[in-house]
Amino acid sequence: MAAGHPVSVTPARLRTFAARLSGRSRSARPPRVGPLLTGDPLSSGPDTSHGVILYLEEITVSFDGFKALDGLTLYIETGELRCIIGPNGAGKTTMMDVITGKTRPDQGSAWFGQTIDLLAHTEPEIAQAGIGRKFQKPTVFERHSVFQNLELAMAGVRSVWRGLCARLSPAEHERIEEVLEIIGLAGRREEPAGALSHGQKQWLEIGMLLMQSPQLLLVDEPVAGMTPQETERTAELLTALAGRHSIVVVEHDMDFVRSIARRVTVLHEGRVLADGPIGQVQADPKVIEVYLGE
Amino acid sequence: MSVSETAPQAATDAQGLLSRSPHPPAPLLDRPTRLVLLLLGAVAVAVPLLNLAVPASSALHVSTYTVGLLGKYAAYALLALAVDLVWGYCGILTLGHAAFFALGGYAIGMYLMREIGARGVYGNPILPDFMVFLNWKALPWYWHGFEHFWLAAAMVMLAPAALALVFGWLAFRSRVTGVYLSIITQALTYALMLAFFRNETGFGGNNGFTDFKDILGFDLQAAATRAALFAVTVIALALGYLACRFVVTSRTGRVLQAVRDAESRARFIGYRVESYKLWVFVFSAVLAGIAGALYVPQIGIINPSEFSPINSIEIVIWVAVGGRGTLYGALAGALLVNYAKTYLTQALPEVWLYALGALFVLSTLFLPCGLAGLVPAKRAGLAPRRWLRGTR
Repeated sequence: MAAGHPVSVTPARLRTFAARLSGRSRSARPPRVGPLLTGDPLSSGPDTSHGVILYLEEITVSFDGFKALDGLTLYIETGELRCIIGPNGAGKTTMMDVITGKTRPDQGSAWFGQTIDLLAHTEPEIAQAGIGRKFQKPTVFERHSVFQNLELAMAGVRSVWRGLCARLSPAEHERIEEVLEIIGLAGRREEPAGALSHGQKQWLEIGMLLMQSPQLLLVDEPVAGMTPQETERTAELLTALAGRHSIVVVEHDMDFVRSIARRVTVLHEGRVLADGPIGQVQADPKVIEVYLGE
Repeated sequence: MSVSETAPQAATDAQGLLSRSPHPPAPLLDRPTRLVLLLLGAVAVAVPLLNLAVPASSALHVSTYTVGLLGKYAAYALLALAVDLVWGYCGILTLGHAAFFALGGYAIGMYLMREIGARGVYGNPILPDFMVFLNWKALPWYWHGFEHFWLAAAMVMLAPAALALVFGWLAFRSRVTGVYLSIITQALTYALMLAFFRNETGFGGNNGFTDFKDILGFDLQAAATRAALFAVTVIALALGYLACRFVVTSRTGRVLQAVRDAESRARFIGYRVESYKLWVFVFSAVLAGIAGALYVPQIGIINPSEFSPINSIEIVIWVAVGGRGTLYGALAGALLVNYAKTYLTQALPEVWLYALGALFVLSTLFLPCGLAGLVPAKRAGLAPRRWLRGTR
């Protein structure tokens, strides 16, 4: 299946490749990398042999002439915990929509690892490939129990027919218990998720993300509406998860960002304005002008 | 700040209301299911016995008319289950399910027409009376094979399934949801009604099919045949109930409910929402088709009015009154509303439609979870006022 001999694919090469296709032919894929990668890239997960899990290059999205994203280029490294900040309308949510397949960009390319073209796949396919998303507003299945929420999110059975007879294996059961411990909801596993507090719902949603065992977690405003204690607990949770997963956090709460971020990217008007360690970014006069100065 | 700190009252209310949904996961044969199956089993045995074995002079005798009436209710109850499965568990408000019911009825009707043979008014051994009357010389191609019961029985399921598959594929793939979907399901059943009204369609036009003589060689007018049809219908209802229960307690059932409650969330955790909707829609159409096939031999007639949009709306009212998303609620609603209909259309014929409308408005306002909402609320020891407010 793999075309030709192994070719190293660098972002620069990818960009030339994407430019050659001028963003139109979305189904074209670059040559696969590595002799072991013979299966379907969706099921075998992303190839992160170059240390980068997400490539966004020259992404442009416009809504009725308004450019929500304007040539956005961004790379996320494997195992990184990256915070994305920016004023309202900077394009943070649109960026998430592009990555998860909800919005198709007018131009640009988006790759998950070396082999998976995000623009050629649907939302469920992208989710199955290993990108999990947590929405700004916590959306859990309110009438299902906490346990069932995690069960539904668990990677694995997705077909109707197999779901009719699916039973939890002891290993799967153990995995759910483990995640219940991580998110601190072990004592409430049988309660309907709708009865949880706001913060607990956010954690349950993070737990659901973990059940999908994604390589990349997209987390949209995780601490909005949380108490200081809950915020602190969330920061611990996310920093503990970094390394095993690559995490992109979009957040407004600067204290929270300061407490977790190693590297911060500032978006403004659909583009990257600044990028680097939090201290450096906060000292950047451009950033102060558009964002922190407000 | 957590909800329980700021608004303890609201939190308890939410818990009280949420406890009404089946929770924790109920096994296949939970208490209501066992009760329903037991009742249906008892009725399937007792009613034919009381009809056939008890002399007509006895107070315990059940008349053949009543057997037919109860058989009709049982077929309607199966239809209500089908609607509850798609609406109550997957949030697809279908206003066209009577179309699948009627297709099942027409499929068995074609067999019953061929069974008449030379006993028709015109005595033609091959052509049903209406074709002779229209001066047709040969059977249309799609009538061939319907002299075999097995083919008709297969078409009872395949015809509704095929229609549901094509319609559902188009609708769900285009992500048509909510009220738009409801409207196009109404259009679907209306279009079919117009098509079946035409003589050229080849299904007896305005008059449909009637004057059936026998089924599998048994005289349809005989009390024993009618009692057997009743028993078969009730057994089919019990099996249908069990099948629905199996679906809703499986992981697939939990996905269906997740789609109902938060569709895009289900999509983002990797479920192909469209496939799930399509699957449950087709499964439900098959159940509706079977219900129609059981209905027609007992009623003795099938005509295009079965496709009329109001019929589909009535099914939704049965389910709403009984309580959606519980299965037993749909069953109870179908029985109660249809009993009321039988009674009122005889006693006060002009009142029925108003009564139906009022029933729907009142149950929406005061019993948002239907009659089924009363049961667990009471069992959970909640204040009786609690169910008046409801979640929906």
